[in-house]
Amino acid sequence: MLRRRLNRLLGGDERRVDSRTIYVGHRSCSATEAFIPPKFCDNRIVSSKYTVWNFLPKNLFEQFRRIANFYFLIIFLVQVIVDTPTSPVTSGLPLFFVITVTAIKQGYEDWLRHKADNEVNKYLVTVLEDGGRIQKESEKIKVGDVVEVEEDETFPCDLILLQSSRDDDTCFVTTASLDGESNHKTHYTVPDTEKDLESLNATIECEQPQPDLYKFVGRMHIYKNDQEPTVRSLGPENLLLKGATLKNTQKICGVAVYTGMETKMALNYQGKSQKRSAVEKSINAFLLVYLCILVSKALVCTTLKYVWQSKPGQDEPWYNEKTQREKETNLYLKMFTDFLSFMVLFNFIIPVSMYVTVEMQKFLGSFFITWDKDFFDPEIKEGALVNTSDLNEELGQVEYVFTDKTGTLTQNNMEFIECCIDGFQYKYRDASSELDGFCVTDGPVSKLQQKAGREKEELFLRALCLCHTVQVKESAEQGQGQRDGLIDEVDGLGVDGEVVHPLQEQRGFIASSPDEVALVKGAMRYGFTFLGLESKTMKILNRNNDVEMYELLHVLNFDPVRRRMSVIVRSKSGDTLLFCKGADSSIFPRVRREEVERIRMHVERNATEGYRTLCVAYKILSAEEYAQADAGLREARLALQDREEKLMTVYNQVETGMSLIGATAVEDRLQEEAAETMEALQGAGMKVWVLTGDKMETAKSTCYACRLFQRNTELLELTVRTLEDGGRRREERLHDLLLEYHKKAVQDAPPVKAGVTRSWSSAGQDYGFIIDGATLSMVLNSSSESNSNRYKNLFLQICQNCTSVLCCRMAPLQKAQIVKMVKNSKGSPITLSIGDGANDVSMILEAHVGIGIKGKEGRQAVRNSDYAIPKLKHLKKLLLAHGHLYYVRIAHLVQYFFYKNLCFILPQFLYQFFCGYSQQPLYDAAYLTMYNICFTSMPILAYSLLEQHICMEVLLDNATLYREIAKNAMLRWGPFLYWTLLGVFHGLLFFFGVRFLFSNPALQDNGQVFGNWSYGTIVFTVLVFTVTLKLALDTRHWTWINHFVIWGSLAFYVFFSFFWGGIIWPFLRQQRLYFVFANMLSSVSAWLVIILLILLSLLPEILLVVFRKPRGPHARQKPVQSSAGGRQSPRSSARPLLMRTFSDESNTVI
Amino acid sequence: MGRTKKMVKEELANRPDNTAFTQQRLPAWQPMLSAGIVIPGFVIIGLAFIGIGVALFVTSQSIQLLELDYTGVEQTSPCFKCSDPNAKNCMCELTFSTDTLFKGPVFFYYGLSNYFQNYRSYGVSKDDDQLSGNLDNFKSPSDTCAPYEYDRNNKPFVPCGAVANSLFNDTFKLYQIVNGAKKVVPLDGKGISWWTDYNIKYRNPAVTPLKNAFNGTVKPLYWSKPAYELDPSDPANNGFINQDFLVWMRRAALPDFRKLYRRITDGDYAEGLPAGNYSLQIAYNYPVLSFEGRKKVVFSNVSWMGGKNEFLGIAYLVIGSLCVVMSVVMLIVYAKFKFPEEE
Repeated sequence: MLRRRLNRLLGGDERRVDSRTIYVGHRSCSATEAFIPPKFCDNRIVSSKYTVWNFLPKNLFEQFRRIANFYFLIIFLVQVIVDTPTSPVTSGLPLFFVITVTAIKQGYEDWLRHKADNEVNKYLVTVLEDGGRIQKESEKIKVGDVVEVEEDETFPCDLILLQSSRDDDTCFVTTASLDGESNHKTHYTVPDTEKDLESLNATIECEQPQPDLYKFVGRMHIYKNDQEPTVRSLGPENLLLKGATLKNTQKICGVAVYTGMETKMALNYQGKSQKRSAVEKSINAFLLVYLCILVSKALVCTTLKYVWQSKPGQDEPWYNEKTQREKETNLYLKMFTDFLSFMVLFNFIIPVSMYVTVEMQKFLGSFFITWDKDFFDPEIKEGALVNTSDLNEELGQVEYVFTDKTGTLTQNNMEFIECCIDGFQYKYRDASSELDGFCVTDGPVSKLQQKAGREKEELFLRALCLCHTVQVKESAEQGQGQRDGLIDEVDGLGVDGEVVHPLQEQRGFIASSPDEVALVKGAMRYGFTFLGLESKTMKILNRNNDVEMYELLHVLNFDPVRRRMSVIVRSKSGDTLLFCKGADSSIFPRVRREEVERIRMHVERNATEGYRTLCVAYKILSAEEYAQADAGLREARLALQDREEKLMTVYNQVETGMSLIGATAVEDRLQEEAAETMEALQGAGMKVWVLTGDKMETAKSTCYACRLFQRNTELLELTVRTLEDGGRRREERLHDLLLEYHKKAVQDAPPVKAGVTRSWSSAGQDYGFIIDGATLSMVLNSSSESNSNRYKNLFLQICQNCTSVLCCRMAPLQKAQIVKMVKNSKGSPITLSIGDGANDVSMILEAHVGIGIKGKEGRQAVRNSDYAIPKLKHLKKLLLAHGHLYYVRIAHLVQYFFYKNLCFILPQFLYQFFCGYSQQPLYDAAYLTMYNICFTSMPILAYSLLEQHICMEVLLDNATLYREIAKNAMLRWGPFLYWTLLGVFHGLLFFFGVRFLFSNPALQDNGQVFGNWSYGTIVFTVLVFTVTLKLALDTRHWTWINHFVIWGSLAFYVFFSFFWGGIIWPFLRQQRLYFVFANMLSSVSAWLVIILLILLSLLPEILLVVFRKPRGPHARQKPVQSSAGGRQSPRSSARPLLMRTFSDESNTVI
Repeated sequence: MGRTKKMVKEELANRPDNTAFTQQRLPAWQPMLSAGIVIPGFVIIGLAFIGIGVALFVTSQSIQLLELDYTGVEQTSPCFKCSDPNAKNCMCELTFSTDTLFKGPVFFYYGLSNYFQNYRSYGVSKDDDQLSGNLDNFKSPSDTCAPYEYDRNNKPFVPCGAVANSLFNDTFKLYQIVNGAKKVVPLDGKGISWWTDYNIKYRNPAVTPLKNAFNGTVKPLYWSKPAYELDPSDPANNGFINQDFLVWMRRAALPDFRKLYRRITDGDYAEGLPAGNYSLQIAYNYPVLSFEGRKKVVFSNVSWMGGKNEFLGIAYLVIGSLCVVMSVVMLIVYAKFKFPEEE
């Protein structure tokens, strides 16, 4: 699809075909053919939206696409064209201000994006060109360039590997930032390419760019001295992807095949679309309501005007004749202009200043995130980063959290914790006084301070050293000793009696599974060091500093079904040994019964503690046995049919009758406070889904460790494995399973109210759901359309009823697909994605809120996120404290704004009934303009920045408080109606209170009368005081700033009114307000009516606060008890059961 | 050492400021509206309001008010003859009597109803620059004055605009009938407009005699006398600072309004209008029947709160009692529900 679109886009040149041809090094392949360099896009990554040239038109266009801005533009134009009661300045000025501020803000944000892009695009890369090496900026790489990349550099574009500095024509690559897998992958050079790239004359023919990371098909034609070109096929093993990092290889050369936005990484990104928060949607909905109110007000006034004028004598009394032009105007045109005039008169009901204030609130408010020192991580010396301030309040509304595993939940850093040899527990302690740093802890079975026999110990450690597929990383020799010496000193690890060779300490290991590295490193700490594998010989440095050599005969690979792996080695002495390690469930049946009991206890205890456990067994093979096994294995390996099954059978035959030596416990270090954070999020009513590209087993154990799955969680598994179990067709099986799970999780479950209300204490069964990428694509892209929809629905319903969902083996785009699916499900819940690698970018962009972790895997996620935090644990405060407060603040801000403008304009509307519907403004133009800008804007802005209706600590301690604002609670129609009614009540009160007072306009003790501007000023004074004091009543957190702006605003109003009325302003055509305010203050009645009306307006509020109060203090004090109430506090409770890494049978449904 | 120092420095540069403001830990007052504050507060407010309400009510009650409609709609009305639009320079006489002393100083208002001085097009139809004595605007009035800008001969109206043009031009003379003879009650026309209007906002051009300033202009359409001859008796009461003109120019807020016409402060009537019969002679010029308006005169005395207005007093009394009642209710509610909870 994408390819087709791409082709269509680029149609016209030769790439209408499905493949592209690349000339390596831009050399023509044959002399006869004219060399036409094909055009491909350059290697620039563009994430910014504007350029200098299109900023103004594009930004203006974008801004006027907002209904509010468009509306104000229309109002402004009407004011310019039609004779209206207020001057165009009153709406033009604020509009101009808003547009400018927004443009500046967006321009600044785009500038930051430009800067980030430039960082990537201007990165210097070495390109081999015309026999020399040229340093080029990354963006200038063209397809066909031969690029040189050094160790630990990331590939600047997608490359075909031509040459590696390694002898075996391979290179190692980690794609951690692409798909989250941090292990090293081996890539191969194209076979038989010449060593001298200069003379290489070749073309590459490959498919057009497509987003699948694991697919690549191509051909390479190599031309040698007029011979027939040799053809090599290219596969994904030859392709180095942009974003991946070169490891353990000094340098490589490759030819660029896909560049810039056509790289697989870029294709896995989704377009940046502007995210809108739910609050903004509410604002728009409210805006529509107010627009309706506005239009109906204008319609009512227009209609009544013409009805009223039809009465004799009212249309044109002698004292107010019409001008010639008015008389000549068409009646309907007049009606229309009257309607427009009313619109203009009442347009203040839709507060343009609200947008300014909301923008300012968001912009300034986001600084509190950046400033929060709790988000500061001393390791990376950085705090949180806010990329978009538009979504602050969305942080308080999250219902679904999608989290990456590697680097987000876990540190992806396995550590050997302890082992158990022959029933005795050994725990490694760093600063132990024990001679070898190896101490025995008093486990439940171990006799105090007793150890297993030395022989057993060494056997166990040898097993650890031999039974793996780890490679030793060669490190550069220079400076090594020096560095090591330094480290030795610092760490104090050099223990006498046991000389640790500095080189070994520093030794790096590479393996497909980090567990294995942890085990080898663990063995190293106990004195057995794996030195490497050289031509089928494994070398071990033992405790006595002797090198032991073993001949590696066979590796019986790990697979998830067997859940174990073995090696067969021959020692120097000629013994043939089989070492096997694997999950307890797969080892225990294959060893002697009596050995099991001693170790089982340890294993189970370790598993409960959250460690990944493995059991180690061995067996001595007699010569016949080995010969038989050897023959079997060789035969099976060569089999052309059913190779896998045959191998399996042989493996199973060999791995029997072993004796158990011990067990290990490895910890996949979780991020700091990962479990607590997850628990808090769940407590706050959020559902946590883990989306990872990693293996299911690893992911599952992480879920247990993070307490996403609990001991009593029933796991519903929908993976390739369960699908293949039944032996039927996958599709059928999928269908059955989905129905079964649906029945279990949805139909049989006690009816819980939708989404958030899942309470902790619900007695019902908790379900966890596991699905993998392959199955997911079956669910989403089922063969028939109807099935697809049905499956999708079933799947969603199941997931929504599960406490946690684990999706493993996900491609980046699949992650986004899941997020999208949930996002668009019923009730359109607010989603949040958090991740640290480039593989998370698509889901970060897709979710309502994207959070990047400033991890080690590059900055892609951070760059594309809305917020970036250094550690996962910061998510808790970000959501529970900041998010909650932001939401409350902005929700109140929005409601308050609508309210204050309603009671601002309502008197003006009512006044029309008393002035012959003549669009006479009640308030002076200065008041009309200043009301929202100066008199009432600062207190609400201060409120919306500083309010803490509940203080932060309480919010953090008591996650349930988050649920109180869930589902946009403060911006739903209920509260909106309340505020609207309040506005109406106040408006009516202001107007009619003064109306009754003016039944006798002689309000001064000298008998003089007040006119219409006095009327308006009294109403306006009451209005300003009431709305400000109403806010004061709502303020729960009075800092000096609040005091300053609230009392300051009122003082400013009084001061301004004096000032405005105290001078004859030369630029004004009418001195309407001259001394009106001062005269008003000289009237006792005016004072009394102002006090009366303010108090009367606020009385119901005060009553409400008081009567609601019995709940009030409760909510504020509750946290102390209730945080402990719902669930035991994380530390004190027994750590939940962690499933053994490979043995999850018991807990799955199948 | 140097390196660590640098590192510390670097860390300091990146580390967010640990100030109360940036950490959102500003010391804050967190008021709770508790019953302990609200109930006494309500009682105090309630009592204060009742007090003010009583004062207002009593004051308002003590203010005397006499309203006389002289539109002449009914045939029995003495002014009926003048209500005919064709009648010119019609005079009519209204008699009334007071039983008790009408305490002074008595304020004499005229009132109009169904008269929309707050019409927007009417209200903007004036030229404040002209009215502040700017001679340029005498020759070319602002176009806001339309349709009362120029007359048919294209001479500017001064003062221009609808407001000035429609100046109320009924005049009144008040007599006390003492033993069948009419005794003039002196009416004081000073100080009926705002001090600032008379002294600052409205200015005559600095031309003497004032008449010369008006050369080349015409008087407004409905005026019988030019602006500089509004008050022949007092030269300081002419032009734009004529008190009646100023009172008229301050537009009323509502379509039923009254404006101050005169005060009765001099001579025998400084203490008020003694009980007796009075006659009010009206020069009936101002047409209101065409738009179903009404005209009236109002005699009233004023207090510290201004003219008679019962609304304020009653409102204060009602709100005050409401507060007291609410505090009692709250007390009961709290006695019933809150105290057991605290135990």
